[in-house]
This record gives sequence, structure tokens and C-alpha cells, in this order.
Amino acid sequence: MTNTVYPARKIITMNPARPHASHVAVRDGRIVGAGTLDELTGWGAYTLDDRFADKVLMPGLVEGHSHTMEGTLWAYVYCGFFDRMDPEGTVWPGLRSIDEIVERLREAADRLEDPAAPLAGWSLDAIYYGNRRVDRHDLDRASTQRAIGVLNASGHILNVNSKALELAGLLKPGIDHPGIPLGEDGLPTGEMKGPDAMAPLGPFTGFDRDLLACDEPGLRRFARLCVRTGVTTAADLANTLPDDAVDMMLRVTAEPDYPARIVALRRFYGVTPEELIDRVLGLRDRSQDSLRLGIIKVVADGSIQGFSARLRWPGYFNGAPEGLWYIPPEHLLEIYQRAMAAGVQVHTHTNGDEATELALDCVEAALRKHPSPDHRFTLQHCQLADAAQFRRMTKLGMCVNLFPNHHFYWGDQHYGITVGPERAERMNACATALAAGVPLAIHSDAPVTPLGPLFTAWCAVNRRTATGRTLGEHERIGVADALRTITLGAAYTFKLDGEIGSIETGKRADFAVLEDDPETVGGEALKDVRVWGTVQGGRIFPAAEI
Amino acid sequence: MTAGGTQSGPLPVTVVGGYLGAGKTTLVNNMLRQAGGRRLAIMVNEFGALPIDSSLVEAADDRIVSLTGGCVCCSYGEDMVSSLAMLATLDPRPDHVLLEASGVALPGAIAGTVGLLSDFALDGTVVLADAETVQRRAGDRYVGSTVRQQIAEADLILLNKCDLAADPDAVEAWLSEAAPGARIVRAEQADVPIDAVLGTRTDGSTLRADGRFRDHTSGYVAAELDPPAGADPEALARLLADPAHRLLRAKGFVRRPDGAMAALQVVGSRWTVSEAPAGALPGLVCIGLKGQADLAAVQQAVGEAKASTPATG
Ligand SMILES: [Zn+2]
Repeated sequence: MTNTVYPARKIITMNPARPHASHVAVRDGRIVGAGTLDELTGWGAYTLDDRFADKVLMPGLVEGHSHTMEGTLWAYVYCGFFDRMDPEGTVWPGLRSIDEIVERLREAADRLEDPAAPLAGWSLDAIYYGNRRVDRHDLDRASTQRAIGVLNASGHILNVNSKALELAGLLKPGIDHPGIPLGEDGLPTGEMKGPDAMAPLGPFTGFDRDLLACDEPGLRRFARLCVRTGVTTAADLANTLPDDAVDMMLRVTAEPDYPARIVALRRFYGVTPEELIDRVLGLRDRSQDSLRLGIIKVVADGSIQGFSARLRWPGYFNGAPEGLWYIPPEHLLEIYQRAMAAGVQVHTHTNGDEATELALDCVEAALRKHPSPDHRFTLQHCQLADAAQFRRMTKLGMCVNLFPNHHFYWGDQHYGITVGPERAERMNACATALAAGVPLAIHSDAPVTPLGPLFTAWCAVNRRTATGRTLGEHERIGVADALRTITLGAAYTFKLDGEIGSIETGKRADFAVLEDDPETVGGEALKDVRVWGTVQGGRIFPAAEI
Repeated sequence: MTAGGTQSGPLPVTVVGGYLGAGKTTLVNNMLRQAGGRRLAIMVNEFGALPIDSSLVEAADDRIVSLTGGCVCCSYGEDMVSSLAMLATLDPRPDHVLLEASGVALPGAIAGTVGLLSDFALDGTVVLADAETVQRRAGDRYVGSTVRQQIAEADLILLNKCDLAADPDAVEAWLSEAAPGARIVRAEQADVPIDAVLGTRTDGSTLRADGRFRDHTSGYVAAELDPPAGADPEALARLLADPAHRLLRAKGFVRRPDGAMAALQVVGSRWTVSEAPAGALPGLVCIGLKGQADLAAVQQAVGEAKASTPATG
């Protein structure tokens, strides 16, 4: 048995006993040890592979909240304001004006052969074009022949053209719906706001349920994005995991060159709480190294920018009503109780602080009934939690996965419109969470924001909004904490911290291979650290060849 | 949206809302039991302790469609729309869709979406309230505002489980303040006549034969009125929807001054007037609660409405 020993410019291990090493020895996809060459020769015969001699290795990055749908969406036209890298490594320039959006859509429309085929775009961010809203007349300039629908970055608005409205039977006067603004001509402007108004347009613009399911090409594209961003393990956080999807995911992720480990959570949907536990226990038995199953995802409320998150008093800064529940508290409690009894982990989406409070109450009640050692129930997003709530999480044995990318993309809106200055400055309170001792992860929620844990780390370290405001100086965290959070921290929330998240003896040989040293570039430059590729389970994946 | 919607006008959809445990599924099962010749399609969002009674589905020889895969959660509206679209393509097409919302869904939002779909017509929103618990729930720190909004969005409120409540009169008084526009019907075990919940049959030719209730529903009164020819259907609908008359529902066909036939429908305070299907015969069926609705007064008002309608329409 021969080990492969990789010398590197620097190895950041996350092992406090030896935080840095010069060499790492790998065998059968796992780490034999990290240290000096001298130390590693004690393990016996080895071959030296010096391809990483000028690179920095750190534990493979772990994205604790993403959706493989990000890979699927790249089949559609990217219409975002910010530059974004696609799975093939092409960086699509951000669209700085409505004319640029129209132009990109028109080019894509011209490339489609079927004249009746709809054209779908995504990631439009209407808030960046001043007071001017994107309307159907804008999109009509891209095509009047085919239906066009462009999903907003926040996922809460669908912009459509006249043809789409016509096909849906909505290009008519007299529509009275809170989510459908009308123009001076009395006809819809083409901005469909909120799921209720968006849904009728879905079938005509390509945004039907098939799009949102994780398809095979999308799953492959998603993994290529992982390699480009240094990610070796990523969550698919809200899959309903029907049998055929599980079969496909088991097959694809087991292929010898599939470069990522996917942790797929089963979303509570279409079953009773009792059936949910049964299904998830069945799924857990089907887990393989490259596809981890057996965790539940529950959605408690909506989103802050969609004004559907449940906020405690005094509610939204602009006076919007207090948001929506997506699950009755009785069901949440029942799921928690059954899951605690069965030893199944639950991750719960709570955006507003009232939803967080409910989840805490239900975890506490469930624990009294079924004391459950090391349950690690995790709150996802949990953006508005205050210090008292973080202290409760600690006492209850919970984890949290916060969403610092929000500061950059929507921080200015949170400050001025949704929650107001004070709560905007405590949103995604990473420093408070760490001080309270809550096991912490941070996430992108890709495709809501781009996959890229180093960018997410930059957001947590700097808390900078798109216009340059620092949103809550006191909640900034240090680079070392941020790097630990995007490796061991996220791994802990899936109970994988014994297996991945650090470079030490016995763990999976998962590395992010970097051109720059994230420990020394400085917090300002974390997002610019160049990723060469990854090593996943000992297999080498250069981004340039993926 | 699909070809299915064209054969006999838009497919009526009744949204059934109300908090978890209020009796939504019991009501749906009761409707299936009373369906008679109607083809009811059921969409269920939430999977609670009580399932849709599949024996009722089988007994009806597949004329009833139970769709338990559809989700009616506001956050996943696409599923609701595609499930509805699927129902509209069934052959034979259902006569009526009952859409059972989740326990925390706001029925008004769902009704709003249904109203946007060209193959469907919102029939009305029925919200169940558990007489024993609704007031306490309405004050709950988490779901209180949701429960209050559900009630406020109802056309008909089914005050259910009245046998379990200490003081149903007080609950009803409270509800009528919380939802001034809604009609309130008391029930035990969600036992109400199908015509009060879903209206009379949509097929105009059988309208007149269908205005009867079975014995166990003797708490209701119904009247068949002869709408005066040449009445203004909009004015007539507004009149029937007037809370003073306390009608639960009214439905029928009225000949406009210009000779065209209009379909008129009233659910609580909600009313719609649309084009009548071919072959519809004039007639109006009104349904109310015994002791509350004064059908003689309604009849008189309808007659007077005619008199005050300008001849030009
Ligand atoms: Zn998510």
C-alpha cells in the first residue's frame, strides 16, 4: 500500500493541534496524515506528487444551504445585475441597464428554433434600475412572438412580456389582484408579484414544477460549480426526493468523476408527519458516500424581502402585514417530537424572529417529551434572531446556519424598507451566535445568491452592502472564524464533522485547492481568493478541466 | 389554459379554509357523500389525521377525483396551478372543484390566484371555525393573526363543532364582528347541505328540480323565485347579497333587458354575474337559514327591484 504525499505551499488544517502543515498523505480517498514530510514517511512507502507545491490547501469547503436547482437554472438566461460565473466557468457580465437585459434576452430568443417556445430568464434584480420598473413593454422588445418570463433574484417577482400575459388570459382590463400592478392603460404591467400572482404565468413561461425539480443535467452542472468554488460537500436543502429522483441522484453522484458529495434533505411536503419520518428513515438506509440522505427540512415561514417572513412586534419597517406561516405550529411540534423519538435530524427554515421563536418553543417542548442526545436541530437562515434567541439555541443543543450574503445583495433594502436600521444591523448576527456558543454555519442559498463559500465568508467578515454600507460593525467576525465556519462549521450541522471539514488523520481527502492564501490576503480580499479546483475523496478536479 | 375549460364555461372552485382541526376534511367528505350526480374534484394540501374517505371516492365509480398530491401552500403556487390545470383536462370533466387549503393558508390569497385562471371561476370561500377553540386560537401569539385573517376572508363561515362549545351564541356574535361580510352557518361535524356550500347544480336545465334539501338539513330554507324578465342582473345580485337578507347563497339565470340570459351567483356578500350557458332557463334559487332568512321579504324585494330597473337596462 502506497500513500500519495502532496507537498503544498501551505496546508490550513482546522486541526488546532497543528493548524498548518506542509504535506498531506492520502490513501484510498482518505487522509493518512498531515504534517512534515519527515513525519509522514513513518507511514511507509509513498510517492511524492508535487502538483500542489505552489498551492494553498484547505479542507474542502462545505456549503450548508444550497439547492442543486442552481445547476438547472443555468439552462435559462442569466439576467442578474452582478457578474456571475456559470458552471462552465464563463463569467456572465452583470446587466447594468434595462436595455442590456432586453438585449441579452433578445439574443437568446433569436437562438431558439421553435418559434412558440417560451424563453425563461432568472436572477433579475429590479431594485437596481432606479425608479424604473421592468415592464412588459421592455420585454416585448426582446420578443413579441414568444412568451418571456424572468424570475427575480429574490424569487418573489416574475416579469413577463405581453405574449405571456395574453397566453394566460391576463392581458385584459379589470384585473383586481394585490400582486398585479396595472399600467395607465388598465392592463397588467407584466410585473407579477408574489407566488399567488406568479403561479398562473408559470406554465406559459417555462417556470413550471419541472423547472424547479432537480434534473440530471442540472445536478451535473451544479457539481461543476462546486469545483470552481472549492466546494466538496454541498446541501440540496429542500428536495421532495421522490423515488425516481433518488434513483437518479444515487446513480449520478456515484459516477467515478462526479466531484461533489451531496447532502439531500427531504422537505416536508405531501405526507403526514408520521409518514415523513418513515420515508426519511427509509432514505437514510439508501445513503452512500456521495449522497447523504436522512435529514428533514421544514419551512416555517416565508422571506423577509417578500414580506412573508413572520416578524415579531413591531413587524415590518414599512408597515407590511406580519407575514405568513407555511406550517401549522401543531405540525411543526409533531414533526420535532417524532423526529427526536426516531433520532432523525430536522433543519427548519425560519427567516423572521417570530418563526425562530416558534421553532425554539417547539424544540424545547419536543425535548421535554423525547430527550434526544446530540440532536443538532438546525435553524436555516434565521436572519433576525436576537441574542436571547441565540442563547436559547445554545441551551437547547441547536445549530444555526446564517445567511450573510443577504447583507450584500439586499442589505440596503433591509435597512431602508423591510426591517429598518436597527434590526438590519443585527441581521445574521454571526458574532453574537459565536459568542453565545451556537455551532455556526453560513450559506449562499444558491441559486438565490451565487454558490461560493469564500464570498459568503467575505460577507460575514465585512457585512458590506452593495452600496458600500457596513451593516452592523459589531456583528463582523474574523477571518479565522469565517474559514472554520465554511468548513467544520457547516459539516457539524450535518453531523459530518467527524468525517470532513478538517485535514487530519482518518478524514476524507477533501481539499479546496487555492492559488491565494485566505489567511493572509486580508478580510477585504477573501472573495477574490482564486480557486484552482478541488480534491474530493482523493480524486483531483482542476477547475480548468471540469 | 387548456382545452378542457372550453366545453361548458369555467370550472367553479370553492376554497375551503380554516385552521387545523376545524373540520375541513370532514366537510369535504360530507360533500362527497352528498354529491349525488355531481362530479366533485378534491384538491387537498395538508395531510392531517383524517384522510379523504377513499371509500366515498370508489363508491362513486371514479366520478369523483381525489387529488392528494397537490399542494396549496402559498409558497408553492405553481403546484396548485398545474394540479388545477390537470383537473380541467379530466374526461369527463369535474363539475366543481373543492380546494382544501392548509391550516395556516390564507384562503383569500388562494381565491385570488384561482380568480386569475381563465379556465376556472371562484365560486366562493368557505372557512370553518371550531366553535370550541376559535376564539382562543384567534388570540394565540403565533397563529392569532392568521386565524383572524382566515375568518375575515370568508364568504361563508361554518361554525363547526357547536355541540362542543359552551356558548355557541357568544362565538357566533364574536365571529359576526370579526367577519361582518360573511354569512355564518352553525354545524356539528361539518354537517351542512351541499347546496349551501357549493351552490345548486351548475347545469341550468336541472336547476329547478334541485332546490330541495334532505330531511336532516331541516334547519335550512330554500325558495325558487321567478326572476322578472328584463331585470338588471347586477342590481339583482347586489340586492341578494345584501347582508340584510341573510341569504347564504343564491343562484340562477335572469333574462337581461336586451334579451340575453345572464348567470347570477351570490355567496354570502360575494356576487358575480356572467354569461349564461346555452339553453339556460330563467329561475333563481335562494338558500338561507331557517329563522334568519326571510324568503318572503326576498321575494318581495326581487319584485320591487324589477319595478325600479330602468327599461333601458
Ligand atoms: Zn433555501
